[in-house]
Amino acid sequence: MKVLVQRRIEDLGTNVTNLLLGLGDFTNFTMKTIFWTFKPPYRWKLLFEQIYFIGNKSIFIIFLTSSFTGAVFAFQIYVGMKVINADSFIGPIVTIALAKELAPVLSGLVVAGRCGAAMAAQIGSMKVTEQIDALEVMGINSYQYLAVPRILGATLSLPLLSAIFLLIGYGGAWLIGTKVILIDEVIFSSLISDFMDLGMVAEGIIKATVFGYLIGIIGTYQGFNVTGGAEGVGKGTNMAVVWGMITVLVVDFFLTSFLTKIL
Amino acid sequence: MTNEQFSIQFKHVVKKFGDTTVLNDVDFGIVKNKITTVLGFSGAGKTTLMKHILGLTMPTSGDVEVLGTCINKIGELELREFRRNFGMLFQYAALFDSFTAEENVAFPLREFTTLTDEEIKKKVHDLLISVGIKEESFQKLPSELSGGMRKRVGLARGLALSPDIMLYDEPTTGLDPITTKMVNNLIVETATQHQGREMTSVIISHDVKATLEISDYIAFLDRGKIIEYLPVGEFKNSQNPLVQEFLRL
Repeated sequence: MKVLVQRRIEDLGTNVTNLLLGLGDFTNFTMKTIFWTFKPPYRWKLLFEQIYFIGNKSIFIIFLTSSFTGAVFAFQIYVGMKVINADSFIGPIVTIALAKELAPVLSGLVVAGRCGAAMAAQIGSMKVTEQIDALEVMGINSYQYLAVPRILGATLSLPLLSAIFLLIGYGGAWLIGTKVILIDEVIFSSLISDFMDLGMVAEGIIKATVFGYLIGIIGTYQGFNVTGGAEGVGKGTNMAVVWGMITVLVVDFFLTSFLTKIL
Repeated sequence: MTNEQFSIQFKHVVKKFGDTTVLNDVDFGIVKNKITTVLGFSGAGKTTLMKHILGLTMPTSGDVEVLGTCINKIGELELREFRRNFGMLFQYAALFDSFTAEENVAFPLREFTTLTDEEIKKKVHDLLISVGIKEESFQKLPSELSGGMRKRVGLARGLALSPDIMLYDEPTTGLDPITTKMVNNLIVETATQHQGREMTSVIISHDVKATLEISDYIAFLDRGKIIEYLPVGEFKNSQNPLVQEFLRL
């Protein structure tokens, strides 16, 4: 019994130590990427390539996700609101939910799945095939060359994708609200301006920017930490998606608590 | 031999990873303008030794002096600048897989020179032709090239900035005998071509047969220690039992 307890305590100690070491390593990586963000040469071409990949190439999937989310959400709200005869409030409720919560969070989850995975896979495969070593031997900082453009690309693209999500999501809700549920078009739209303000839009944009940064840093960190061969790349890619999504959801809670107070 | 004749000097270098000593008082100099091979069994510390030359790993104690600069005592930014003195051919070439052969070789020139696009193109073509790549392969991606061709492109990329020191990491590992011979010839030809500007070639290998054919000097590394370091002719007659055993393999 005594041995069993001792072993459990040792396991706990090992896990805590590993967790702290991992956190230290992640912090170190974050600090390095921040340092190299401000150090010339500024790699604009690589940044635009990443904005194109993360932003432009995600528009179709954002279009699909947002239009159906808006439409379904409008329908579900209608079912609830009909009971209390308040179905004309569908417009503002859906729009507020999209602006403050659904657009940044769902865009974040889509980008974490699509781009976080790609970042980890690209960098991870470069690591196992010594391409990162080749960069370093040439005197090129691999953090600056590989991580910084991806992190900045995600940070700048996600607010734009979130704004697109909001607009298309509103379009989906409007279609269901006015053409299926048959709410008057003027009522659907005019009530929105009564209930919404710029702070709500700003909240969504701030959240999306933070999520973009976190997805970028998690994706690139997992890529740089790939070990072994193809199996390691797969593991790193998986970790990038899982941690990216968890982080978006957890950070969303704390950001909501904070931003609601200040905006 | 005087210090000026060495391009790389290890001065009582010790490297420890935790409790494990990987390099144990390594103290020798690599001669300028010659081909030196560091031979040794797997796990002897060859890769760690090479990483010390490049400044990718720092010694626990001792100094590594490259081209007269103690690279474990300079700052990171200075070290990055300094690394432009090196060219390197990686074991599997390590070509950037999204770039064509031409773009791979052009990459260091675009990063570190002020040459125009035309000048870069001309230099890249000259380099690729000098290592035996035909023009029809210039636009191929690494995945479309054979192992031997990838090595040639990797070598051309390593030579792009006219390095003072060219490093070869296990250049013949995993290659068939004909490609091995081709790579060995390429190393010797490259060293001869660049002899005028005193380029030093360092090979990390465990391929004893190839090493004896192409090297001027051989250093034998065993369990983190240089146990023999001689010109190739004398190395063949070394009385060290471990070296003898290695030569018999």
